[in-house]
Amino acid sequence: MSRTTENLLELKNVVKIFTRASFELAKERVVYALSDVSFSMDIEPKVLALVGESGSGKTTICKLILGLEEPTSGEILYKGIPVSTWLRNYMKDYRREVQIIFQDPFETFNPFYRVDRVLWTVIQKFGLAKDKNEAESKIEESLEAVGLRPKEILGRYPHQLSGGERQRFMLARVYILRPKLLVADEPVSMLDASLRAVFLDHLKDFKKNGISCLYITHDLNTAYYISDYIMIIYAGKILEKGSVEEVIRNPLHPYTKMLITSIPVPDPTKRWTDKVKIDIAQLQKVSGRETIKGCVFYHRCDYAMDICRDNSPSMKDVEDHEVSCFLY
Amino acid sequence: MSQILDVQDLKVYFRTILGDAKSLDGVSLRVYEGEILGIAGESGCGKSTLVEGILKLVRPPGYIHSGKVIYNGKNLVELEEEEFRKMRWTDISYIPQGSMNSLNPVIKVEEQMIDGIISHIDISYQEAKEIADQALNSVGLPLDVTQMYSHELSGGMRQRVCIAMSICLKPKIVFADEPVTALDVVMQKLNLQTIGELREKFGITVVMVAHDMAWHAEISDRICIMYAGKIVEIGPTLDIFVSPLHPYSRGLLEAIPSLERRFARSIPGIAPSPLNWPDGCRFHPRCSNIMGVCEEVDPPLLEIEKDRFVACHIYGGG
Repeated sequence: MSRTTENLLELKNVVKIFTRASFELAKERVVYALSDVSFSMDIEPKVLALVGESGSGKTTICKLILGLEEPTSGEILYKGIPVSTWLRNYMKDYRREVQIIFQDPFETFNPFYRVDRVLWTVIQKFGLAKDKNEAESKIEESLEAVGLRPKEILGRYPHQLSGGERQRFMLARVYILRPKLLVADEPVSMLDASLRAVFLDHLKDFKKNGISCLYITHDLNTAYYISDYIMIIYAGKILEKGSVEEVIRNPLHPYTKMLITSIPVPDPTKRWTDKVKIDIAQLQKVSGRETIKGCVFYHRCDYAMDICRDNSPSMKDVEDHEVSCFLY
Repeated sequence: MSQILDVQDLKVYFRTILGDAKSLDGVSLRVYEGEILGIAGESGCGKSTLVEGILKLVRPPGYIHSGKVIYNGKNLVELEEEEFRKMRWTDISYIPQGSMNSLNPVIKVEEQMIDGIISHIDISYQEAKEIADQALNSVGLPLDVTQMYSHELSGGMRQRVCIAMSICLKPKIVFADEPVTALDVVMQKLNLQTIGELREKFGITVVMVAHDMAWHAEISDRICIMYAGKIVEIGPTLDIFVSPLHPYSRGLLEAIPSLERRFARSIPGIAPSPLNWPDGCRFHPRCSNIMGVCEEVDPPLLEIEKDRFVACHIYGGG
C-alpha cells in the first residue's frame, strides 16, 4: 500500500439512493439521501466538521466511509484506493486506520464485561503489544492520555462509569490504535454540558498524534470549538464549505446564514431581535428528497429565484470558501 | 409582581431495592405572576421531577414524600385527583418532555384537541372546535393542520400543536419541560419565541425546564439552577449570566462553547447518585472553592441580595 496521494479521504460525486415500499399500489419510492457529495480530507491531520440537521444525510456519509453502506454511484477513496477494495483485500488495515466513535456511550459497551475488555480486545486483534506488561502499560498510557485515572477505571463495569467517562474510554481505544482517520458521529450530544469541553479538548489534541477527525454534529457551537474546516449539509447536499472562521464569520449560503442567526447566544443582553416566519415547507415532515430537480433549499429560501426551482447549483469558489448557490 | 405558586420544601423520592432515591430533596421556590422562570441544570439534577412533583404527575415507584405546593390558597399536594384534574388545562397546563411524541397517532390533530377541551369544560363540540382552531391560530399554525395526523407533521410542528393544546383553555401557568430539545436550531428558535410570546399574548406565566443555558438567556426572566436534587441558585437572568454566585453556576456557564467565545472548561468529577448524595454541600467533591465546613454542613438557600438566592458557604449561613 505505498501509493502516495495528497488526500487521506476523498468523496467524488457520491450519490446514495434508498428505495422503500409505499402504501400506494406497492409502488417503490425513491429517496435521495445524498446527492452529488464531494469533499476531501488532507493527509495533514485536521478536524473537519460536518454540520447538518437530523435527516440531512450526516450518518449516511459516516456509514459510507466505514463501508457499512455502498454508494449508489460515485467513489469513496481512502489514500487513493476505493473503500470497497480496502475492505475486500485489506480489511484489517482499513479497520485499524479508520475508526469510529458512536453517539451513544450507553449502548456501545457490553454490560456483561468489565470495560478493560474493550482495550484488551483491540490489543489482541491488532497485535499491538508483545507481552502482557507492554499491553498493560499501553492501556494505562492511553487512559491517562484522555484524562482518566487507570486505577479508578480499570476493573469496573460500564454501568459504574458516567457518560463522559465512557465516551472518553472510547477515545482511549482510538488512542491505542492510532488510526489515521477518526469518524466521530455526534460524540457529545449525549453528554452533560459540564463534561463536554474535556471530551472535545482531547479530541482536538489527537491532531498532535497524527489522527485526522471527521466530526459529525448538528451543533455549530461545538463544531466551531474544535474544527479547522467545516461543511454545511442540507437534505443530502453540501451547501457550503471552507475554513471554520471564514464560514462562521462570513456565511454565504442563505441556509448557513439562517443557521447562524438561529443559534441562541448564551448572553441575555443579546437576545434575538428578528422573528422567524413559519412556512408551509417546514410544516410537513421531510425525510429525504424524492427528486433531484432544483436546489435542495429552494422551498425555504428567502432569495429563491426561478433558476433555483429547476436547476441544481454546483459548487463555486467564492471569497475563500466554496458555496453551492445561484446567488454567487 | 404577585406570587402565583409557592413550592415549600418539596421532596419527591423513588423507591428502589437499594433504598429511596432522593431525586428531589427539599426544594422551595416561588413563581411570580407573568414571569418566565427558567429551571436549569444537568441530567439527573431533578428538574423534570420538580415539575412532575408540582403537577402531581409522579408515577410509582416515585412518590411525593413531603412538602407543599400552594396555588390559589390550596395545597395541590393534598388535592384529590378529580379536583386536580379539573384544574389541569384551565389553571395549570403542561407541555411534557418529548411532547412531539405524545400525540395520538390514530386520530386527527383537531379531534384530540376537542377531546381534551370537552373533558375539561362543559361546552358543545362546535364551541370546542372553535377554541381549538383559535389556539392553533395563535401559535401561528395554519388550519390545514387540524385535519392532519401527527405523523404527517414535522417534529417542530407537532410540538407547536402541543403548545397550542396547552393554552386552549387559557391557563394561568404553563409548565414546559425541555420544549425545544431534539429540534434543529431554526425550529428551536421558532418554538422558543412562541413560548416567549405566551406571556405577551395571554398573560400566561411560564415555567420552562431546559438544560441549555443559551435558551434561558433568550427568554427567561429569572433562572433557577439545580444540582443534585436541590436548588443552588436563583436570580434574575442577567445577574446570573453576568455574575454567577454559586461555583456550580459559574462552572456551568464556562462549560458552554459558543460562536462568540472559543473557550470552554469542564467541571471536574461526575454528578453524584440520588441514592447516595454526598454529605454536607452536595457539590463539594467537584468544587474548586472548598472549605472545611462544606464537607459537613449543607448550606441553606439564602437571599444575599435582593432577589438573589444562593446556597453556598462562601456567602455565609450554615
